[in-house]
Amino acid sequence: MSAPLISVRGLCVTGSGRHAQPVPIVRDVSFDVRQGEVLALIGESGSGKTTIALTLMGYARPGCRISAGEILVAGYRVDRMTIQELRAFRGKTVSYVAQNAGTAFNPALTVMAQVLEPALAHWVMPRREAERKAVELFRAMALPDPERIGARYPHELSGGQLQRLMAAMALMTDPEIVIFDEPTTALDVTTQVDVLQAFRSVIADRGITGVYVTHDLAVVAQIADRAVVLRHGTVQEAGSAEQILLAPREPYSRELVAASRIAPRAAAEMPDQDAAPVLTVSDLVVGYGPKDEEGLPARRILNRVSLTVPAGGTLGIIGESGCGKSTMARAISGLQSRAAGSLTFRGEALAGDVARRTAEQRRRLQLVSQNADLVLNPAWTIGAILDRVLVFFHGMDAVSARAETLRLLELVKLPPSVAERRPGALSGGQKQRVNLARALAARPDLILCDEITAALDPVVAAAILDTLAELQKALGLSCIFITHDLHALRAVCDRVAVLLGGHVVEECDAASLLEGVHHPYTRLLSGSVPEMRVGWLDDVMAERVMALPETGNGIGRQAGRDGCPFVPRCGVFNGDLCVNGPVPVRVEPAGHRHIACTHTPEALGRLMPDFQNDMEQTGGMI
Amino acid sequence: MRDLFALRRKIPPGTRRILTLLSAWLLLALLGPMLAPHPPGEIISGEVFGPVSAHAWLGTDYLGRDLCSRLLWGIRYTVAICMMSTALSCCAGIFLGIATTVTPVWVERVLGRLMDGLLSIPSLLFALLVVATAGESAPALILTMAIIYMPGSYRTSRALALRIVRMDYITAARARGETRSFIILWEILPNMTDPLLSDIGLRFIYAVLLLSNLSFLGLGVQPPMVDLGSLVRENILGMAYGAPAVVVPTLVIALLTVGINLTLDRGRV
Amino acid sequence: MKGRPGSLSAGRSVMGRLVMSRLGAAGFSLVFVIVTIFVITSALPGDVADTLLGQGATPEATARLREALHLDQPAWLRFWHWAGGMLTGDPGRSLLTGHPVSELVLPRLHNSLLLAGATAAVSVPLALAAGLACAMFRGGWFDRIVTFLTLATVSVPVFLIATLAVFVFAVQLKIVPSLSDIGSIHSVWQFIRVFLMPVLTLTSVTVAQMVRMIRACMIDVLSAPYIEMAVLKGLSPQRIVLLNALPNAIGPVVNAIALSLSSLLGGVVVVETVFSYPGMAGLMVESVAARDIPVVQCCALVFCVAYLALTTTADIVGIASASRKRDA
Repeated sequence: MSAPLISVRGLCVTGSGRHAQPVPIVRDVSFDVRQGEVLALIGESGSGKTTIALTLMGYARPGCRISAGEILVAGYRVDRMTIQELRAFRGKTVSYVAQNAGTAFNPALTVMAQVLEPALAHWVMPRREAERKAVELFRAMALPDPERIGARYPHELSGGQLQRLMAAMALMTDPEIVIFDEPTTALDVTTQVDVLQAFRSVIADRGITGVYVTHDLAVVAQIADRAVVLRHGTVQEAGSAEQILLAPREPYSRELVAASRIAPRAAAEMPDQDAAPVLTVSDLVVGYGPKDEEGLPARRILNRVSLTVPAGGTLGIIGESGCGKSTMARAISGLQSRAAGSLTFRGEALAGDVARRTAEQRRRLQLVSQNADLVLNPAWTIGAILDRVLVFFHGMDAVSARAETLRLLELVKLPPSVAERRPGALSGGQKQRVNLARALAARPDLILCDEITAALDPVVAAAILDTLAELQKALGLSCIFITHDLHALRAVCDRVAVLLGGHVVEECDAASLLEGVHHPYTRLLSGSVPEMRVGWLDDVMAERVMALPETGNGIGRQAGRDGCPFVPRCGVFNGDLCVNGPVPVRVEPAGHRHIACTHTPEALGRLMPDFQNDMEQTGGMI
Repeated sequence: MRDLFALRRKIPPGTRRILTLLSAWLLLALLGPMLAPHPPGEIISGEVFGPVSAHAWLGTDYLGRDLCSRLLWGIRYTVAICMMSTALSCCAGIFLGIATTVTPVWVERVLGRLMDGLLSIPSLLFALLVVATAGESAPALILTMAIIYMPGSYRTSRALALRIVRMDYITAARARGETRSFIILWEILPNMTDPLLSDIGLRFIYAVLLLSNLSFLGLGVQPPMVDLGSLVRENILGMAYGAPAVVVPTLVIALLTVGINLTLDRGRV
Repeated sequence: MKGRPGSLSAGRSVMGRLVMSRLGAAGFSLVFVIVTIFVITSALPGDVADTLLGQGATPEATARLREALHLDQPAWLRFWHWAGGMLTGDPGRSLLTGHPVSELVLPRLHNSLLLAGATAAVSVPLALAAGLACAMFRGGWFDRIVTFLTLATVSVPVFLIATLAVFVFAVQLKIVPSLSDIGSIHSVWQFIRVFLMPVLTLTSVTVAQMVRMIRACMIDVLSAPYIEMAVLKGLSPQRIVLLNALPNAIGPVVNAIALSLSSLLGGVVVVETVFSYPGMAGLMVESVAARDIPVVQCCALVFCVAYLALTTTADIVGIASASRKRDA
């Protein structure tokens, strides 16, 4: 067998700490990558995965340096190269696809100018030829309008397009190795599928050797041949991708794999569907801009949204970025005023503005927001934060409040010593637990969780979800769980509302999300969440062609205000009613489903055949 | 209230350094004149621009007065006038700056425009205008400088407060139903103290610079009072001989301003 | 998708509105300045007539002067006359000499503009070069030295630098005259000699301020992710700074330059006095000492308008660059 193309031995990277003391970031890391292979570097934030990937280009971020080890890349000893040699090496022999293309593209230059830069700076080819090559790469990346897309500025393009353009830029010099640094993490799932597919096909077509940095095991299953699991800058386990995903040996790898396989909530726990709901949202409209003929804002973030939250149950709200799900959280908690509609909470009408709600209403409905860093006042200790809620809502004295605070900390599985610390001294997961404890301190009936696991690593997120589910059962809480993550949704929710462009396109039982008849968008969404299974991407691409035929009718159209927001991407477009609305909401009794579609459920079932059998099987084990 | 205990915390080193430095200067201003070996107006020697000696520790000035004594009085006036004007301008600026983040929008509109107007008059020019009509009395100087530096303090504290008001913990306090004054005093203010203190330090430097420049032009502190700027002005002829009478006050001004600025800069980087 | 065809023009119209509202604010500030100058100089306690004539004046003389100065008229009428005169180019007559104020101010304004122009011409390129160099070699010896020097310069009073310059160049080295005498300029060498010290002093203050601001802007841009990307593309430092960083920094940098130039006005007052430079600031200081109010008013207004113009330009440049960033 030939010698490996990349060979790293005993790599150490140190950073300078608070008082310029050296802090090890990467310790004694060794691995090999052979020609034509894709190696995945797997790890959570702080595991050193990006730092290691960057050392392959001889680069260490400001404040860090490569302190020991041998790095052999494509025959070069990268750790011994001078700055001039490195300059000639970077972008030519090895190129880099950054995590967030939105910030990695220079806002002041056109995309084409930046894509050509590596080829021109390394004198690989003349400008005219480079432009031709760029257009060819744009086409290979399945970018729209490849001839002219280069003339645009980054802010005129979407995240998925930029990510593909960045890959095209990386391929301009025909490098031997491409480093992908979490290239799809910032994308919505439905976009992620296309981008992954584009990456995979160019990697295969051009015989590229790849290093793929990610925290998402499901992505690893689609793209990598081999994998290295990292933690705190050391290698935990190395092996073939399949072995690590299916039969991890080391305890940490097992934990990681287990966190990616959150079990969906069992249907038996479902609350009584017919009991009076704890919260009813009807015809909620939130928007901005001038008033239209109905006296409502012309630009709507939420358009006539109706939902019910079952007593003691959990309603999940799922949608992509920009669908209005955070606005929904703010409108329900009274922080964002509504233009129309009503909220009924435990039989009472809720005012739109929090200041006009009663103290009792404010106490009974608590918001747990996404970013725990911003939600805990850095000047206060954790104890003081929780005490304040108890004093405010229950009029406790200092002694009993502190006793209750310690009990609450125990409830969210934090040690009592946390009470004396400030938010800055806690980890992200701990802060989110405090955030949860603060909501519980009010003894609410309903808690509103807005993307509470979005900023956390999978293992930590899984533990938080466990705690939440336990607490809910123990305290009989009702819950609204807002997320973009289908796994998290299925782990804690009974009912699901699918939000798109400010409309609820479907409401159904969480248990039946992957079976039976659904809105086409729900199908696209649930079909796009990567599964930890080799070959999943091929199946999805095959199913897309079959189940969502590109009839072309809807493509290129834009829905009106009351039309279906899925029109531009819909494969079963049904004429002007879809565009202009109002779209009828049809009830599919078998799964308690409400589907907003111009097709009847029966017609949808005919147009989009049921999920493939193997998907149903794996659906249970995601 | 228990919160009081919760809010007490270790002062960060940058803040401690600047507080120490400012208190040292204040102490020198208060006690310095008591240590002066001679009355400031007394002519102690026939020799003008005299050198350093046992009798006159820092030499003599253009009339043969003891420079050391005059310098200690000069420090008192410079530091006192500037600290008072800084205190006035910052109190008003910080109060208005935070208050406008929770008052109706039109209050900010009106106040913001007035502050803009004040900011569009260069500071030295504003001082000259006032001196031209009101004369150079110490209260007039303090009040003028307080007005000159108020808009800047207003701007800074408002920007700081606005950034904090957008934080989720303020939202959480609002959703809980806390009162406006609780939010200002307990949720916003504790998170502003460190950056505000460095802003106050900066404004104190500006005030020292302005007062020194004015006095140097002969339009600031008037005899028989003396400040650092007027010390340099009255002894400027000693420049030709490199006399301590002109070199030392110059150095003291530099020590005061550069020292505070370096301390602030260290905190920033 | 963000790539709507209308987004670009929408961005421009937002920018247009912001610029208009900034110009409106500048207009309001101008009115505020005019009123403030008038109020401070005429409505504060202390009767100008008493001050001018001194203790021994007869009541008749005082009354005559009051009438000549329109002090017997109500304040709003005096303001109307004065503001109208200012705006139509007739700022009245000097109380001391009786000459029209414009005759006094115009030649002095010319001299001051010459000084400011020379300073700007020297300091802008110097500050740009030093600021860029500091940002490129951040933390190196050049950066440390320049950072300390500029910090020291901006934190000492201008007269300190001016007297230092006199001490070194005029007293010790005797290569330049310590006083400026514009009338005696007959050759380029003389021009340089006469201008050297005032320009040098002003330049050091202005450059220090600009370098600090430019350095901060550049460091901000150079820490952006797209600069790291440019490094990883294997581009040379020159290409990175000039082609990748500068297009993004140009707005903030121009903003910084305009703001620094506006702070030059304060320095001009001191420098002209120290070097007896026959400029407008010197005239104003003399007139303040002599309580010659019409001259003070006129000088103050000219200064304020210049200051307002510079700060407004700085803000508009800032708006333009920020609106491009916001689109991004």
